[in-house]
Amino acid sequence: MAHGPAKGITRWLYTTNHKDIGSMYLWFSFAMFFLGGIFALVIRAELFQPGLQIVEPNFFNQMTTMHGLVMVFGAVMPAFVGLANWMIPMQIGAPDMALPRMNNWSFWILPFAFAMLSSTLFMDGGAPNFGWTFYAPLSTTYAPPSVTFFIFAIHIMGASSIMGAINIIATIVNMRAPGMTYMKMPLFVWTWLITAFLLIAVMPVLAGVVTMMLMDIHFGTSFFDAAGGGDPVLFQHVFWFFGHPEVYIMILPAFGIVSAIIPTFARKPLFGYASMVYATAAIAFLSFVVWAHHMFTVGLPIAGELFFMWATMLIAVPTGVKVFNWVATMFKGAMTFETPMLFSIAFVILFTIGGFSGLMLAIAPADFQYHDTYFVVAHFHYVLVPGAIFSITAGVYYWLPKWCGNMYNETMGKLHFWLAFIGLNVTFFPMHFSGLAGMPRRIPDYNMMFADWNMISSVGAFLFGAAQVLFLYNVIATIIGGKKATDEVWENPEGLEWTVPSPAPYHTFETPPEYK
Amino acid sequence: MSGGTYYVPEQSKLPIFASFGLFLTVFGAANWMNGNSSGPWLFFAGGLTFAAVLWNWFSIVISENMAGLNSPQLKRSYVIGMGWFIFSEVMFFAAFFGALFYIRALALPWLAGEGDGVDNALLWPGFANEWPLMTTPDMAANGENAIQKGPEAAMSWPGFGGLFSWLPFWNTVVLLTSSVTVHFAHTAIKNNNRKQFNIMLGVTVLLGFIFLFLQAEEYIHAYHELGLTLQSGIYGTTFFMLTGFHGAHVTMGTIMLLVMWLRSVLKGHFKPDDNFGFEAASWYWHFVDVVWVGLFFVVYVFG
Ligand code: HEM
Ligand SMILES: [Cu+2]
Repeated sequence: MAHGPAKGITRWLYTTNHKDIGSMYLWFSFAMFFLGGIFALVIRAELFQPGLQIVEPNFFNQMTTMHGLVMVFGAVMPAFVGLANWMIPMQIGAPDMALPRMNNWSFWILPFAFAMLSSTLFMDGGAPNFGWTFYAPLSTTYAPPSVTFFIFAIHIMGASSIMGAINIIATIVNMRAPGMTYMKMPLFVWTWLITAFLLIAVMPVLAGVVTMMLMDIHFGTSFFDAAGGGDPVLFQHVFWFFGHPEVYIMILPAFGIVSAIIPTFARKPLFGYASMVYATAAIAFLSFVVWAHHMFTVGLPIAGELFFMWATMLIAVPTGVKVFNWVATMFKGAMTFETPMLFSIAFVILFTIGGFSGLMLAIAPADFQYHDTYFVVAHFHYVLVPGAIFSITAGVYYWLPKWCGNMYNETMGKLHFWLAFIGLNVTFFPMHFSGLAGMPRRIPDYNMMFADWNMISSVGAFLFGAAQVLFLYNVIATIIGGKKATDEVWENPEGLEWTVPSPAPYHTFETPPEYK
Repeated sequence: MSGGTYYVPEQSKLPIFASFGLFLTVFGAANWMNGNSSGPWLFFAGGLTFAAVLWNWFSIVISENMAGLNSPQLKRSYVIGMGWFIFSEVMFFAAFFGALFYIRALALPWLAGEGDGVDNALLWPGFANEWPLMTTPDMAANGENAIQKGPEAAMSWPGFGGLFSWLPFWNTVVLLTSSVTVHFAHTAIKNNNRKQFNIMLGVTVLLGFIFLFLQAEEYIHAYHELGLTLQSGIYGTTFFMLTGFHGAHVTMGTIMLLVMWLRSVLKGHFKPDDNFGFEAASWYWHFVDVVWVGLFFVVYVFG
């Protein structure tokens, strides 16, 4: 095999190299992050003041829908897959992913899928406008014609996720360096192994539910139509059977990243490695039996309300174990606060806030008050933005010097952190208040009484958006130039990836290293 | 080859063309369903592209294996990959089985007014829970003016007396037999008995075709004599979606096994210790069989 990358565009089109594919996933995700971000800013601009100023209500709904879909399926998931591609082979001492051609196939489906999804914005009747959770019958009987394109986009991006997950499992199970037993694997590898399992278990269910929609829309079936004996609530059950594990798909790899970064900058080994593994597995298991906490208000029998309430609260136990371990790792550590560490500490604190609001929502009788208000929006943005997004950002800052051989600009990194940190709290914290006061989600106009909090949220959102432009600049500047990074990059970091040169050569570990 | 033990293939055009073919197929399908005249053309162009890419892809994988590039470790990757692919298929069927269960155990009784929820007598007066659902809520409430109508007859269990003239029973016999023959084929190739392998695999493929033929007969019977269609309320919906997806998987499985048979008969592929291409197809076949057994009980016997 030729030892350098091929020249020109075909390097990227035809590649089988895990590092190239990882980079493409990350850039794709970054692009989607900005696209979804623009949609979010349209939403926040409209909500800056009560009344209708900028967009039509129907277009507003298209924005909330596309924002959610693009961020979940286009930004967060591909970013984690990109990190997995780059880091898992390097962390387990493998030459590449187990199935390199399928790996590139998984990636290249995504640009097509999102081109198709985005094209719905220009179709007659507009883009999907029924929310990222696409509840029937809004998404069936009352949907714009573009829903068919949405359904097929979901189908093929689901195929991409399943193939990506199969590849990751095969890599981890089959390609670890001699001596790397399961209980010696880095936590990022562990969390991804479990995430991949979740993906293979629930992406087919998502495919199933959009298939049922397709049949209802075009072929006269009555899955979600009570007139024929079906039930719209069936949609919600099938969707959330996918949907709740999906939110853990977006957070388990984040746990892995943070568990890699905190020990490095606290200069202490991770506290409670084994309990971290078991907690991750427990969370994954529980995530299959809590889905109806999204459906407390649809009219479940009382036994259902109680079961899903208690099962949901149980998740707080393994989650608490994790938070405890991160804090205990930092306790009495020789801490320094480089950018990845700042993002990781913010992760621990703010994700915990999101977990607490989750617990509040898990209380079925209380959820009747909170459901479909901005309180829910606050909850899931606290777990997703400082959760998923911050961990990805932390991971990029942490590993970027290894990828491109240059050190990023620390001052700019810190500035990025503080702007993002302030921006996000200014955006999302007030949503707790407007939500508790009763402001419903997914509306373009609102009562005067919510005006102040909304104005603050909108200001914060633009600040957060601006901070990300800085991030983009910093990443590009680092790739082009900057101070050379050492092979270790940080002080005594743990893991095989730090034993190879910076930048990591195109092929690493062609003969497996011995791991002790 | 990259020095060590694991074969990392050179650059390949397959993935991007596979993505393009897949995209064109679904883009064409969506256009077709939305009534755009370009839809069918795009759909078939995409489908052909995709099929051609897959054909090439498998040929390349086979020739790599024949050239001895695949280490035992790489072969293990294929085994793991196939196993998890089948698991994903299990979950796909689980969604539809789950939907059927939810409809029968919860949704229909509630629609008929059971439970402590809203009294649906207001919405669907006169609706009674039954399975197979012959009278839809729409029919119960709106009589002749109903849009969502149930079937005229269902596909239910005829009792033990009618067993031998009941088509689903024979379908079950056919598929279960084929599971046994494909297993014999596997034993044969492990014992290096090529003739036996070809016969047993050939019989399996034949049984696959017979199953599909009987299934088609059953659908024709349902549409023309029972007034049971995809649009026959939730009973028709679940009946045709479950058996239809199963049938699509049998079709896939039969094609896979047929290709394996041709490879063996025409090219002498597969060795006693190296036959995963065939084995993967046989796993798939066993999986399709197990799904059928589930269907036989849930959709037919207790349907
Ligand atoms: C301690 C853990 C958690 C608990 C107890 C919890 C609980 C809940 C509950 C009860 C709801 C439904 C609220 C309603 O609609 O009325 C909800 C919504 C949501 N949660 Fe969580 N959650 C937790 C962690 C997470 C995590 C880690 C994520 C993602 C990374 C997440 C993402 C979401 C999302 C996206 C929604 C809203 C979905 C929608 O309706 O659009 N949650 N959560
Ligand atoms: Cu949930």
